[in-house]
Amino acid sequence: MKIAYYPGCTLKTTAKNFETSAIAIARELGIEMVELPRWTCCGTVFSLTADDLIHHVAPIRNLIRVQEMIENGQIEDEKRVLTLCSMCFNTLKRSNLRVKENTEDLKKINDLMYREKDYRAEIEVIQLLELLKEIGFDKLKAKAKNPLKNLRVAPYYGCMILRPIEVGIDDPEDPTIQKDLLEALGAEVIDNPYKKVCCGSYQTVNNKEKVAELAYNILGHAQQEGAEAITTCCPLCAFNLDTRQKEVLKNHPDFQQMPVFYITQLIAVAFGLDNKTFGFNQNYVDPKPLLKKKGLIK
Amino acid sequence: MEEKTNIMERIAEANRPVTTGVDEKDIKDWVTIYIMGKGYRVPADLTILTAIEYAGYRLLRSVGCRQGHCGACATIYRRAGEYKLQADLACQTRVEDGMYLVQIPFSPAEKAIYDITKEPYDASVFIKYYPEVARCVSCNTCTKSCPQDLEVMDYVQSAIRGDFEAVADDSFDCIQCGMCAIRCPAEIVQYHVAQLGRRMYGRYGLTMPKHLKKRVEEIEKGKFKEAMDTITSKSREELEKMYAERQREPD
Amino acid sequence: MKKLVITSENIKFLKKINELADQDITLCEQCGTCSGSCPMVADMDITPSQIMRMVQLGDLDVLNSKAIWVCASCYSCTVRCPRNLDVSKVAEALRQVYLRKALDYVEIKKIPKYELVSLPQIAIVSACRKFTG
Repeated sequence: MKIAYYPGCTLKTTAKNFETSAIAIARELGIEMVELPRWTCCGTVFSLTADDLIHHVAPIRNLIRVQEMIENGQIEDEKRVLTLCSMCFNTLKRSNLRVKENTEDLKKINDLMYREKDYRAEIEVIQLLELLKEIGFDKLKAKAKNPLKNLRVAPYYGCMILRPIEVGIDDPEDPTIQKDLLEALGAEVIDNPYKKVCCGSYQTVNNKEKVAELAYNILGHAQQEGAEAITTCCPLCAFNLDTRQKEVLKNHPDFQQMPVFYITQLIAVAFGLDNKTFGFNQNYVDPKPLLKKKGLIK
Repeated sequence: MEEKTNIMERIAEANRPVTTGVDEKDIKDWVTIYIMGKGYRVPADLTILTAIEYAGYRLLRSVGCRQGHCGACATIYRRAGEYKLQADLACQTRVEDGMYLVQIPFSPAEKAIYDITKEPYDASVFIKYYPEVARCVSCNTCTKSCPQDLEVMDYVQSAIRGDFEAVADDSFDCIQCGMCAIRCPAEIVQYHVAQLGRRMYGRYGLTMPKHLKKRVEEIEKGKFKEAMDTITSKSREELEKMYAERQREPD
Repeated sequence: MKKLVITSENIKFLKKINELADQDITLCEQCGTCSGSCPMVADMDITPSQIMRMVQLGDLDVLNSKAIWVCASCYSCTVRCPRNLDVSKVAEALRQVYLRKALDYVEIKKIPKYELVSLPQIAIVSACRKFTG
């Protein structure tokens, strides 16, 4: 099945490994992710003030591209666009909801973009985890030639796929979607209350010390519960939890570094896919020693 | 329809050089344009540039090659009864009745200093020198204001994600008039971003053409040294004489 | 403690924030759930519920607080507010009052280049949205 796919800027650069692993596992499940032509940055954060429509232009412009793909018969899933990045998902979905609920806003945005065809507000924005759940975690289990046995993983959800409630893909207080998925793949899942606590997000630009402290709490609590690795589906959470371990180590010399996976990387490992699709060279903390120790990769 | 025919007639009329040698009594069609708010009657078939001069202005800036290549004569105007702000090159655009216009000789913008041989070939180079690209809201105003009809927004977006080839291709015909930067709500200087992209793509993205490589080798080996030395050792007078007597194609 | 005499200016400010945030901030009953839920509260000079209270009173001093900039828009407060108030939107409205004067809270050009190149696009773009006017 062909589905429209919105990547987002970071998936083309520092989170390229998220994209390559996602495309590989989707292919394995019979899904072809067709990238939007001429997509633009979604803006990464939703415009929160009532009168600020200009920041909805980018998300809606991208949804017009999806509409065009459907009209041109380029994709088979005729109502949805797939996102991987949590922040892109949140931004696109919330803008979409706003114009679905507010036809006056939709008209204003369409009028501003008079060079584009009008957006009809019929598209739905979904995140990869939702699509995988729809396919069925039992199907993923059947594909897992290389089950993640003895690997103790703590899923980390962050904010953007959980909150606000109208956008979230799972219970905002006790999400389980990653846990269900990882258990199906044979991993030992470590639950901990920090799985939904903010990593500090864009504060990493001007307040990296605070972000490092938040990362220390999130990683430290997972470790206390026995986790050996963390999973996420947000390139900014990944940066703050993975790359900022450098700063964590500076402030807490006894801190034990731990790998941070994109959930798709672990699925690709479980599926026993070609190791080129993993993209581990882009992870700051090298996950290969852990996976080797567990006999999951050679 | 009637108006269209009229325009066609005006264009036919325009084959005659109206600024020189033509008696104003012989010019049939006249329009009123407003230069910085002041109205002037000018022959209908002039370009904005010649109309400004016809109206009596002497342009020291905002004029260059007069051929649509240099980007010096950017104009911002509104047509009568329209709210849309248009941007074009004054030397390439015909005046229209009721047009309000002003020349924009320069777009204030600091050029980043960089050494492309020391930069990595990835998206971080754009963030490093022009971090404001991240402020782009995809409003497309830059594209709408480009006199060269470039997809400016597309290349800014390509820059954010480090697609050098797309930046270079989409900005290739940029003449750096600055209209995009003047109108950008995110205050990005698109044309400088594009230039950085083209330079990086030229160095790292393209393979050097064989004939260029060969010529560079010839230059380095000193094949043209003698000819260059002959020219550089001449006096100004000798050079001027050489220039006047050079071989050239007939005009 | 500061004595605040409510004037038309204060009422105007409350009205403005209500409009920008599309919330009726007077509904806040000061239960403190938002402050208890905030992952950044330890770094704030005033807590989210104090922000709400100051806005209710139309106290313009709230614009000088560090707290509105430390907020990372994680919506933890929003999902838990028993009054269904979107506290994240209130913080955003306050930031916007400042940024709309063409002011920057973070000057991205002044961030050292070695820091800039180490950051992912997603961080720079969102920081531009949240911190530059």
